[in-house]
This record gives sequence, C-alpha cells and structure tokens, in this order.
Amino acid sequence: MTLQSDLMVLLPELLVAAGAMVLLIGGVTGGDRTTGIVSWLAVALLAIAGCLVFARSAPATAFGGAFVVDGFARFAKILILAGSALCIVMANEFFGLERRQRFELPVLMLLATLGMMLMVSASSFIALYMGLELQSLALYVLAAFNRDSARSTEAGLKYFVLGALSSGMLLYGISLIYGFTGSTEFAVIARATAGGGANLGLIFGLVFLVAVLAFKVGAVPFHMWTPDVYEGSPTPVTAFFITAVKVAAFALFIRAIVAPFPGMMHQWQQIVVVVSMLSTILGAVAAIGQTNIKRLLAYSSIGHAGYALLGLAAGTQLGIQGMLVYLAYYLLTNLGMFACVSAMRRDGEPVEDIRQLAGLSRTQPWFAFAMGALTLSLAGLPPLAGIFAKLYVFGAAIQAHLYVPAIVNIVASVAGAFYYLRILQIMYFDDQVRGFDRGIGGGTHAIMWGTSFVSMFFVVVPAPLILLAGSAAHALFP
Amino acid sequence: MSGWPILSAITFLPLLGAGAIVLFARGSKEAVAGNARWIALVTTIVAFALSLVIWARFDGHTAAFQFVERADWLAPGIGYHMGVDGISMLFIVLTAGLMPFCILASWESIEDRVAEYMIAFLALETLMIGVFCALDLVLFYLFFEGGLIPMFLIIGVWGGKRRVYASFKFFLYTLLGSVLMLLAILAMYYVAGTTDIVTLLHYHFDAKLQAFLWLAFFASFAVKLPMWPVHTWLPDAHVEAPTAGSVILAGILLKMGGYGFLRFSLPMFASASVTFTPLVFALSVIAIIYTSLVALAQDDMKKLIAYSSVAHMGFVTMGLFTLTQQGLDGGIFQMLSHGVISGALFLCVGVVYDRMHTREITAYGGLVNRMPLYAACFMVFSLANVGLPGTGGFIGEFMTMLGTFAVNTWVAIFAATGVILSAAYALYLYRRIVFGELVKPALRTIQDLSLREVAILAPLVALTIAMGVYPKPVFDVTSVSVANLIAEHQTALAIDHAPKFAARGLNP
Repeated sequence: MTLQSDLMVLLPELLVAAGAMVLLIGGVTGGDRTTGIVSWLAVALLAIAGCLVFARSAPATAFGGAFVVDGFARFAKILILAGSALCIVMANEFFGLERRQRFELPVLMLLATLGMMLMVSASSFIALYMGLELQSLALYVLAAFNRDSARSTEAGLKYFVLGALSSGMLLYGISLIYGFTGSTEFAVIARATAGGGANLGLIFGLVFLVAVLAFKVGAVPFHMWTPDVYEGSPTPVTAFFITAVKVAAFALFIRAIVAPFPGMMHQWQQIVVVVSMLSTILGAVAAIGQTNIKRLLAYSSIGHAGYALLGLAAGTQLGIQGMLVYLAYYLLTNLGMFACVSAMRRDGEPVEDIRQLAGLSRTQPWFAFAMGALTLSLAGLPPLAGIFAKLYVFGAAIQAHLYVPAIVNIVASVAGAFYYLRILQIMYFDDQVRGFDRGIGGGTHAIMWGTSFVSMFFVVVPAPLILLAGSAAHALFP
Repeated sequence: MSGWPILSAITFLPLLGAGAIVLFARGSKEAVAGNARWIALVTTIVAFALSLVIWARFDGHTAAFQFVERADWLAPGIGYHMGVDGISMLFIVLTAGLMPFCILASWESIEDRVAEYMIAFLALETLMIGVFCALDLVLFYLFFEGGLIPMFLIIGVWGGKRRVYASFKFFLYTLLGSVLMLLAILAMYYVAGTTDIVTLLHYHFDAKLQAFLWLAFFASFAVKLPMWPVHTWLPDAHVEAPTAGSVILAGILLKMGGYGFLRFSLPMFASASVTFTPLVFALSVIAIIYTSLVALAQDDMKKLIAYSSVAHMGFVTMGLFTLTQQGLDGGIFQMLSHGVISGALFLCVGVVYDRMHTREITAYGGLVNRMPLYAACFMVFSLANVGLPGTGGFIGEFMTMLGTFAVNTWVAIFAATGVILSAAYALYLYRRIVFGELVKPALRTIQDLSLREVAILAPLVALTIAMGVYPKPVFDVTSVSVANLIAEHQTALAIDHAPKFAARGLNP
C-alpha cells in the first residue's frame, strides 16, 4: 500500500487534526471573543468528518494493519462525533451564559475526539496507546477547565494522577502480551492465542489490560475516580466525559478484547462478568444517597457500564450488537440528561442539588416532562428507549447461558429504578420551589427535546438502529 | 374478519385523546380543566362503544384469535401482533367500560392539574387495553410494564397523605416481579425462536425449563394479582390512590395477573402448572381465609375493600388452576364481576370521601337516614361482594368452588369458609357505616347522591344484578376458548408424560 492510499483511509482523522490546528491558530490570534465562531466551526468540522466516516462503506486497513476502518469503527465513530459535536454546542451556550468562554475548550474537545477516533480504529496496541493518550491528555486539561474552582482543579488532578497510573498499567500489560505472543498487532496475537493455550504471563498481561479498560469505562472496582471527576468538572465537560468519552472507552474495550483474544474468551469472560455485576450493584446502591445531580448521574453511569458489559461478557456477536445498541441509547439519553442539567440555573448560577427540582412540573411542565421521559428511559422502563437496549444485552446474556449475572443485574436494575423514580418524585410530587431561569440557549433546548422525543418514540421504529448495530458487530466476527 | 384494524384503533384511541388534551386544552385554568374533562369523557365513551362493536362482531364458536393484525416491528420473530379470543375479549370490554365511570368519578373531586390527570388516565387506558390485545410477548411486556408509569404518577401526584411511600412501594414491588418475567421471555425467545404468543401456545418447552419459566412468570403475576404473601403493596396503593385510581387498580390492573396465568402459565407451561398446582392452591386458600380475617380488623374503608380484593383473587387463582371447565369459566367470570363490584365499592367510598374527606369507618354511621339512595346502592354492591345469589359475585365464587370440589375437596371446603368470612366483613362494614342512629354532628348535613353520582352508580347496580341473573352472554364468549385451553393442556401433558412412562416401563 502506498502512503497516499493509507492517508485516504485516515481522511476523517486527518481532517479533524488539521481543523483543530487551524482553529487553534485562529483562536490564538482572535482571542476569547472568537469562541463562538470556533465552536460552530468545530461542530461543522465534526459534521463533515461524520459524513466522511459514513460515506466509506468498504472496510480498509492502513499502515501495515495498525489502523483499521470497519463497520464497527464506523458505528463507534459516528456516535463519538455526534456526541462531541452536541457537547461543544452545549459547552458554548453554557459558558456563554457565564461569560467565561474560552476558545481552547472546543479545540481541546476536537483533539480528544481525534484521539477517540484513532483508538476505536486501532488494530495494534501501539496505535491504541497513541490514540488513548492523545484523548486522555486533552481530557485532563478539560476536567480542570474551571481554573479558579477548587473542585474543578481537584477533578483534573485526580483524573490525571489516576489516568497516568492506568496508562502505566496498560503499558505493562502490553509489554507482557508482546513478550508472550511476539507482537502488538491484534491479528497476530489472535493467531497466537487461538488455541486457548494460555500461559501465566499472557494471562497477567490480559488482566492488566482488562483492568485498565475497566478503569476507562468507570466500572467497579476501578470506578473510584468517576464521581469526583464528574462532579468537579464543569457541566458540559462532564457531559462530554459521560457521553462521547464513555462510548469511545466502551468501543475500545470491545475492540481490545474481542479482536486480539477470541481464543482466550474463557479467561476474560470471568473478569467481565464479575465487573459487570459489581458495577450494576454499586451503581444502583450508591446512587440512592446522592443529592448532587452530577454525582448521581456519575453513579448511574457506573451502573450502565455494568449493563453494557453484560453484552461483552456474552462474548457473542449478538452480545456486541446489544452492547452497541446500548451505547447508542446511553449516549443519546445522557446527552439529553446533561442538556437538562445545564438548563438547571437560577439567577445565573448553576444548580446541582436535585432537591431544587421540586415542583418543576408546575413551574416548567415541559421541562419536567422532557427530563422525566429521559429519566425513565435511563431507568429502562417501557415503552421508552431504554428497555430495548436492556432487552438486547440481557437477551445476549441469556443466550450465552449467563443466567446468574442476568438475574443479578436485572434485580439491581429494580434497585436502581428507585433513584430514577426519586427524581420523578421530586419533580412531580413535591411542593414547588422557584423555577429555573429561562433562555438557556437554543442548542441546549433542541438537544433536550430531540433526545427526549427519540426516547419516547423509539418504540415505533426500533429496527433500523438494531440492524445497523448488528452489521457493525458483524465486523468483529468475520 | 374486519377490514380495518379495530384493535389498534381501540388501543391507541385514548392516546389520541391525550394528544388532543395537550393540543386543545388551553386558556384559563378552569377552561383547561373543563376541556380536558370533556375530551377525556368523549374519548373513553367512544372507546367503550368500539369495545361493544368488538363484542358484537366476536364469533363465540371458535377458539382461534380474531381481529388479528400483524406488522414487522423489532426483529424476526418479534413483531407487532394483535388479536383477541374468548379469554381476552371481555377484559377489553371491562377496561373500556370502567374508564368513563372513572372519568366521571373524578369530575369534581380532582381540581388540581386536571389536564395532566386526564392524560395519565388515557395513557393508562391505552396500556391496559394493549395488554389484553397483544399477541407478542415483548409487546405484551411493554404494555404490562408501561402501565406502571401512569399509575405511579396517579397515586403519587393525586394521592393521599402517604402517597409517596405507596407509589414507590407499588412501583418497585411490581417491577421486581416483572423483570424476572422479562428474562423468561428472553429465554423463551432463544429456545423457540419467536415471541409470538400464538406460536408459543403450541410450542413444547422442555419440562425442566418449564419449571423455571413458570416460576419467573409466576413472580410477576402473583405480585400483580396479588397473591398472599406478596399482596402488601395493594392496601397501601389503594388507600393512597384517588378514587378513580383505586377503581382501575382493583378493576383492571389486578386482572392482568389472572389474565397472565390464563394466557401464559397454564397453556404454555402445562406440566409445570400441574407440578405447582398445590402451591397455588395453598396460597389461594391462605389468601381467602387470612386476608378475610385481616379485612375484619380494618378501620379504613378502602383498606378493608383492598383486603377483600386479595381474598377474591384467591378464588380466581384457585379456580384457574383446577383446569376444569367450571373452574376456568368461573375464574374468568369472577375477575369480570369483581372488576365491576370492587370498582363500584371504591366509587361508593369515593362518594362519602368527597363529602367528609375521611375514610375512617368510625367517622360514619347512620347514613341511611340522610342518604337512602346511597344506602341502597352500597347494599347491592356489599351483598354482591359477599356473593349473594342473584348478584354477579355469586356466579364466579360458586363455579370456582364447583370446579375445585371436583379436584380437591379440602381446598374447596377451606375456600367455602372464606365465603362466610366475606359475609362477616362486608356486612360489618355496611352496618357500621349505613345503619344505626345518625349521631355524628358532622354527618347532619350530608347530602344524598347527586345526579352525576346516580349516573355513575345506577348502571353498575344494573350490571351487577344482570351478571348474577343472566351470565350466559359471558359464558357464550369464554366457553369455547376455555374448552380449547383445557384440551390443549391435556395434549401437552400427554407429550410430557409419554416418554417418562415409556422409559420406566409403566403404563399411564
């Protein structure tokens, strides 16, 4: 393959990279006044990249197989690009209301998105590590973006220290895997481990790898950083963390486990099953006591990580399909939820205490309705979108005879329903407090309405998304 | 049968009504409330008329599903499939029939957030009718489970003092039962390759798998029905719910559990049903006797009726699991008549609650002196609740016991004592509220039924007596389907037992 054809495969990534540089230069020249323009240009850039990703239907590899564009990568990238673009829109309006816009934010988000695109397309551990680090470094800065806030800087520092630790573990795991299989390329490792003849060194490497991946998706017992980081970061950044970044991490989890280690499924399945059960239980129980909406959603996302991992634990094409359906639903619903959270603002100050939602159904009935629909969708109650996502991951688990994890997780989902219902209770049953500020920005409003609309009416035409996820999952099981 | 999708029409018509309220109920608070009430009333009456059309065009001579509609939906094997047979059709009529009464009963007692209230009720009606029409398990689950959300809001927003506690308890209890059913549905999908109910009715599951599936479905339906000992959510939910909410809860939502047993547990898991019959009988008998005794000790009117509902549902489960023609016919009839009678009793409680704002039995007494019309209506329903011959309550209880007697004499004898206890608590309640001297000062000025209340209660009185005197129209609809269910159950049992006996060298 020539360099030129390699670069053509990488065209969307190159576009984002070049665009980020140009916008950075533009921002430096123009100062913070240009944030609005930079943000919208960044959104446009992501939209074009999305079209390019969508247009390329044939699978391709580049750079000697280190980089692969297949159906799976396309599905994940479209989700990531959509999530990032909408988060930039929200961030622009959120900081615009506070008059604290800085042009670095959209640029950093672009760079993080570039890292995510690279890592979900990675087909060797070196490429994977590069993408992951590019993403992480941008994210550390984003977490501490409110430089004057102690909570935000604490979040950034915590994230950085723990992220660096996980990177070290990842490198250690990769070196063990390299040492025992002789390669960092997924295809070669897959051939080397095909017989299932696992030796102890390789298993150690695999365990380190899974631990780091579990850290990235915020699954128990590597979840400790998520509540603090998600609470401390500015709301749009938390939205970015919980949507696009999480989806990318899940896609990475799937790719880095399923592609190189299909022969060692027995080994990694045990870990994933336990991680999945612990995550749903902790997510359900720990969220009950939370009063900060961002912290509550952080625990909720730990729980969701558990459900999604159930699909991976099945280890089948159906499981991956279910997981991808789950990711699409998760991205959509959380985007809407965070649009609601960033609309919670009173006298210009952000409000994060859920008790301040009291009586919202009287003061702002439509806001309460949209948020209520999204909350119920997160709880996975029919007929909202969440039940279909659950249907697929649990179906895959049942098909793979994972009965105990399926039962544990679904019982945990009932416990989890409690705190989602509590949000509903506060909005609908409790006596009212003052309503929130109006005029939170058209983009945020549109995201809130669009996502809740899709959550409500997904039941009418569920098939297209499921078929798309099915063909994406097929790419990993040729 | 018919050219146009009448089942989809009746299912989604209430949702259209809810949409109409959103669009057209505008203006001042009074205008919004007035519009919402009228739109809801008209919608529910049209839906009721549609349900009568279904009944009129229903062919009682076949056990096949009628008015069938199919469309692609989720995946191969999981489609949009609607249809009714003799078991489900009358529940649709019951649901659609009770709804206008609920709207009328809330006409004046709900003053706050009327539009939202009517929307919640209409959405609930869509989901309830959908449960009885659905011929696909996933679709059924969506309707079954989705009904929790509007009911949660109805109890939580318009309920009494402990409404938050009651609504959460109601929701989480039922959800916990249902999610296990969801797993069972998924397991069935991967074994049988479809969730189509018509196909699954003839599919034979492995005996061991059947037991697990049966238990998972049982968890859901036992909570919903409710059976002892998972009935504790019901008294709380009933007490806190607004009157119309209680009517729907007792009249329809409980019936979904019984319907589930009829539609899924008995025909699909034939041998597991036989295995677990002693368990069901034991729980039913405990429910009949124990909850009747508990009802005797209540001093809250709604709570008393709630416990009596649990006891009456005990007759239903007992009758259904006899797997005899009388038992099943009687169980279905009992569900229908209880839907009317308990609904009417809750409406009667609502009448005095609207005047006095208390449900304490001790706060009343001697109402007959100032409310003769009310006393008459209440008496009819109380006696029907007891199961007096000539009322709807008698037929169901009698037939279920007839069926049980043929299968298990002891169970029938214990259940019969429950009838005596039901007379005790119902008459005791009636005496304390209606008879005696009117001595409480607060009751001196109480008014008899208004025209609206007469319009609500009179048709129900007529219906209660009609069901007791001339039950034939109901049995005309149900008997062929029930006979078919029993025949297929026997066939399924034969398949299960044949190889076992052959292996052991025994002759069945």
